[in-house]
Amino acid sequence: MFTNLKNWFDTGTPYIWLNAGAVSISVLMVIGLIGLIAVRGMGHFWPSQVSLFDYLENDGSTSIIVGELVDEETVPMARVSGGTNADHDGKTVDRYLFKTGNRDITGLDFRWVLKSSIGEQSFPVELMILERREWGNFYGYLQNVKEDNEVVTGKENDWDLFQSYLDSNDIIHDEIRHIEKDLIGKINYEMERLRLQQRGLELKEIKAKAPYDEIKTKRQSLQDDYDVLTKKLEKLYLQFNKASITATTAEGNTVEIPLSKIVRAYRPNAMSQLQRFGFYFIKLWEFMSDDPREANTEGGIFPAIFGTVLMVMLMALIVTPFGVVAAVYLHEYAKQGPLTRLIRIAVNNLAGVPSVVYGVFGLGFFVYFLGGSIDELFYPEALPTPTFGTPGLMWASLTLAILTVPVVIVATEEGLSRVPRALREGSLALGATKAETLWRTVMPMTASAIMTGMILAIARAAGEVAPLMLVGVVKLAPTLPLDANFPYLHMERKFMHLGFHIYDVGFQSPNVEAARPLVYATALLLILIIIVLNLTAIRIRNNLREKYRAAE
Amino acid sequence: MSQAETNTDSLLPDFNSAAALRHRHWRNITDTTTRYLMAIGGISVIIAIVLIAFYLLYVVLPMFKPADIELAASYQLPGNDSEESLYYAMEEQHEIGLRVTTAGQAIFFDTLSGSTVKQKALIETTDQAITAFSAGDPTERLLSLGLSDGTVVLASHNYRISYPNDVRLITPVIEFPLGNEPLLISPANAAIKHLTAQWDGEQATIVAVTNDSIISLTNFSREESFLSDEVEIIRTQSLIPFQHELTHVVLDIEQNELYIADAEGFISYYNLTDKTAPRLIQRVHAVSEDRRVSSLKFLGGGISILVGDSSGRIAQWFPVRDAENNYTLQHIRHFDSQKESITGIAAEYFRKGFLAIDKQGTVGIYHTTAHRTVKLEQISEEALTQLAVAPRANAMLVENNSGGLKFFLLDNEHPEISWQSIWGKVWYESREKAEFIWQSSSASSDFEPKFSLTPLAFGTLKAALYAMLFAVPLAIMGAIYTAYFMSARMRNVVKPTIEIMAALPTVILGFMAGLWFAPFIEQHLPGFFLVMLLVPLAILASARIWQSLPENLRKSVPDGWEAAILTPIIILAIMFSIWLSQPVELLLFDGNTPLWITENFGITYDQRNSLIVGIAIGFAVIPTIFSISEDAIYAVPRHLTMGSLALGATPWQTMIKVILLTASPGIFSAVMIGLGRAVGETMIVVMATGNTAIMDMNMFQGFRALSANIAVEMPEAEVNSTHYRILFLAGLVLFAATFVVNTVAELVRQRLREKYSSL
Repeated sequence: MFTNLKNWFDTGTPYIWLNAGAVSISVLMVIGLIGLIAVRGMGHFWPSQVSLFDYLENDGSTSIIVGELVDEETVPMARVSGGTNADHDGKTVDRYLFKTGNRDITGLDFRWVLKSSIGEQSFPVELMILERREWGNFYGYLQNVKEDNEVVTGKENDWDLFQSYLDSNDIIHDEIRHIEKDLIGKINYEMERLRLQQRGLELKEIKAKAPYDEIKTKRQSLQDDYDVLTKKLEKLYLQFNKASITATTAEGNTVEIPLSKIVRAYRPNAMSQLQRFGFYFIKLWEFMSDDPREANTEGGIFPAIFGTVLMVMLMALIVTPFGVVAAVYLHEYAKQGPLTRLIRIAVNNLAGVPSVVYGVFGLGFFVYFLGGSIDELFYPEALPTPTFGTPGLMWASLTLAILTVPVVIVATEEGLSRVPRALREGSLALGATKAETLWRTVMPMTASAIMTGMILAIARAAGEVAPLMLVGVVKLAPTLPLDANFPYLHMERKFMHLGFHIYDVGFQSPNVEAARPLVYATALLLILIIIVLNLTAIRIRNNLREKYRAAE
Repeated sequence: MSQAETNTDSLLPDFNSAAALRHRHWRNITDTTTRYLMAIGGISVIIAIVLIAFYLLYVVLPMFKPADIELAASYQLPGNDSEESLYYAMEEQHEIGLRVTTAGQAIFFDTLSGSTVKQKALIETTDQAITAFSAGDPTERLLSLGLSDGTVVLASHNYRISYPNDVRLITPVIEFPLGNEPLLISPANAAIKHLTAQWDGEQATIVAVTNDSIISLTNFSREESFLSDEVEIIRTQSLIPFQHELTHVVLDIEQNELYIADAEGFISYYNLTDKTAPRLIQRVHAVSEDRRVSSLKFLGGGISILVGDSSGRIAQWFPVRDAENNYTLQHIRHFDSQKESITGIAAEYFRKGFLAIDKQGTVGIYHTTAHRTVKLEQISEEALTQLAVAPRANAMLVENNSGGLKFFLLDNEHPEISWQSIWGKVWYESREKAEFIWQSSSASSDFEPKFSLTPLAFGTLKAALYAMLFAVPLAIMGAIYTAYFMSARMRNVVKPTIEIMAALPTVILGFMAGLWFAPFIEQHLPGFFLVMLLVPLAILASARIWQSLPENLRKSVPDGWEAAILTPIIILAIMFSIWLSQPVELLLFDGNTPLWITENFGITYDQRNSLIVGIAIGFAVIPTIFSISEDAIYAVPRHLTMGSLALGATPWQTMIKVILLTASPGIFSAVMIGLGRAVGETMIVVMATGNTAIMDMNMFQGFRALSANIAVEMPEAEVNSTHYRILFLAGLVLFAATFVVNTVAELVRQRLREKYSSL
């Protein structure tokens, strides 16, 4: 038997199989990871059923629990902290994790419950979930709708009435937001510019009265606009805060919830499968297009998507020309010798330098050194508040451009070296200058390689977080870096980023358990963006390759 | 235009027409401009990226610069220069200096001109001579004067800052915290010979030695009455027996520790926690036989004492706690830079540095933590007698024997940095022994920054080691199979899939490792080790079974599809191991493996530990290693393998003896590049470890890596502070390490390429 086995090993077949196993494991890991993120991220928006059951607490009392099932597991008794009074056969317990919400009342969002202590579960259709602007979800029953503290006539527990009130409140909310964010935001921005203008005049020690008066009149007109808007806002708020509802929790606590605090109300147990699908896509859209709420643990991630894409685009705009010029110089113009060889190795190796080192460089050189100098030269009126001397979008793009420029250089050079010598010589022999040869013959054939380099750079930049933490990303940016106020693109502003969002919400937020599904969804989105970027690029590259195949 | 005439018959357009000439000229210009633009652009981009290394160096280098002493002014003693000076001090901006004389005069003077700004008598009567003087902790600015009638006066010098007409105006004032009545210390009215006192706003302690050789300890504490707002001062007094000839006495700011130096070179260490019963803890020989203690001062923060002796040695001592919680005074380190008797020591206010002067006219600037003599300079031909340092340690006043006062500006930004303090073991204040510690900031102000990069570098290497342990076998084995045994069709799918791994942002890997994988492994620890055992066994078993299958069934699957066959088997093996985890845990490890490990091995199990990080970083570097080694193996010339197979070697023998040998430099460079990536990985380490800087190779504990440390601390570091620069140094270390590793790998790869082209 043993000699048999030894002979078998001598043939080498088992080793080949082990190597094959390594491949399978690697592939399984990739697919498993992406699959896991996809399942967890996609599942988050599905309105699962809310169950209601009696629960036998450890101290022997009974309580009523309402919640959505989130997780279940079987654990050895030794790992369950604290005793349980329920009967156990054997050494393991089954337990469920329920999202119970009502943090303002119970102090907890989630509860582990033992399977053995659960009474019969039911799914009452009247159970509703309120998504609130504060304190997370509310689970309970609707009692009545009030306006100015008077119960609105209608039948008790009137869901449709409640929904119609919610809808009209939603419209008011949108209007308030428009006024506060867009209109008043614009006025504040203009005011700040006027303040800086005046400070600038003072710094230049201009004594003439005219410019100051001009600023004064402008300020006055802005102030008038502002007053009109605040009056309008006041009225809207009065209307917005008018209605409220009375709701009871499963335990029987009655709570008064102003309608202004409610984002959305739904009764998952009453939904049909089709309605669930509809709801799913509404939630998904909200996730993609809304601002975050509650310290980023609820709501959408639109500013993060926007910030990531904008930053990467700016980076690509910077890195491509510079990378290409450097590669062309190295390959076409520079004298080939030990020095160029050395530079090539150095450039190649810079691609392997840890990204956080680029972050350190960016912070020290761009932000503090360059940014500080720019502030002193061009924005003295804003000092000591830094304008460019603080982390921001421009520095983030530049840092990532430096980080990815070796990638573009290497790819472009590879493309240049693939252009046959005969083609270049042919062009020169026909009388073209070197620049013309380069521009008309060599570069078109290199286009696909340049594209590859750019794509690789973008794919790398989109996933980088460590350097961005130092040079411009914040957990919550009050304004987008692109808006309707002159000069529209605000390069000095800080921005939000998907990767940093994952880190921040997953690790820095006070309520990690509640935020986790959102982080999975964000991670999925980031992976998708990167894969889509890669695929688009590969497509463009293939098209270009087809186009210039004739030349090769 | 003679040629033009000859070509009049040609149908071709005129070659040298004005338009053609212009066009040609234009083409030449574009050609030249392009050439120069390309050169300028290319060179500047290359310079920009090379700049990184130099910029890091530019920030790091000032740390290693020696201090600079610059004489700013020199003048006669301010005030009455026939009186001897007792003490000098400066305020925060070092614009105003203070001189206290033996006649009890406090003279405030302009430090640049030496002219008197304000003068005030500290004692009201002139009948009593000042027989002893001491200054309290510099941050409280307390002066205490002992008089010949056995009384003590406590005064403090303070500075009010106002801005009349937007100009800063500093007004010095003298205050008496316990009233300006002298406090009677010696009931026998014996003159006070030595004195030390401290006041912290709540209580004052005065230790005085009178002419009749009695050491008395007097404590005054303020107590606010509960009923009324009246403040009552409670006074207690006790006596300390002492038989030796006392030379120096110092009391710490907490008023709990008293050190007395005597003429025999011993230091007695007293604990005064109970002010009514002072306790002698120890009397140690502090200087060698032939020397005397010539100066005794506290280091900033009041934990260590600095003992200057008659031969120029300055030693740092502090109480060290032993295993039984008893404190003993221990010699920590000493400086031998100065050669003559130390005449004065001035500790910096907020750092662990100090200055010392000696009889030879030399001034030394030192830092204790770094064990570094930052600067040693002879500034006078005569002996120096008095020394004061500005609160920000950026100026000093030195008085010499012949009555001249010199004001120096100091440039000493980073004394705390030395090779020893960055990489070596350092005995920090209040620690039991010399250790490697990284602790850059703390809430308390008397904090000693601990800037040892060793534990961080250790953490980085630990992460890289575990990552390589996980990644190298998988990646290389995978590369071998993919390049050589796998069918081409499958290879076209597998290679891009594994390369997608490289595109996965590490922040996602870190998040999954920290929030999903770490708790999962904690729950299924036995299962994880079962996977390591069962999966290879399952692979071998299925290989064996596959071979014993009937031939026609085997032939139905073409060669090179083993990986596909194995996929379901591996999934099953993993699921089986995880399923088995709980029964095994219950059977062998009492149902809670982490607890069992802690109880049996004494190792605390961190949920986010090196094992998790190793796997996560391993995951991130697998594609790098896989890709490069796969390329290297694939590029081995076909005729070599053909030859080997033709000579009768099995495919596996060919693989091991021919292909791997030929491709080994390529595989080596793949591993090196993977290592470079593992060393610099940041987000995974930030998210999947506890980030505590412990030095322990154990796989169940976390660590703090250089890269994570930079990412976490950099945003909070004050620009150009030592902390900021040392983080740049950490960046530079990472840069250099990865650069060297990558260069080696690149050179090996180039050699390999040349070798292949010759084969």
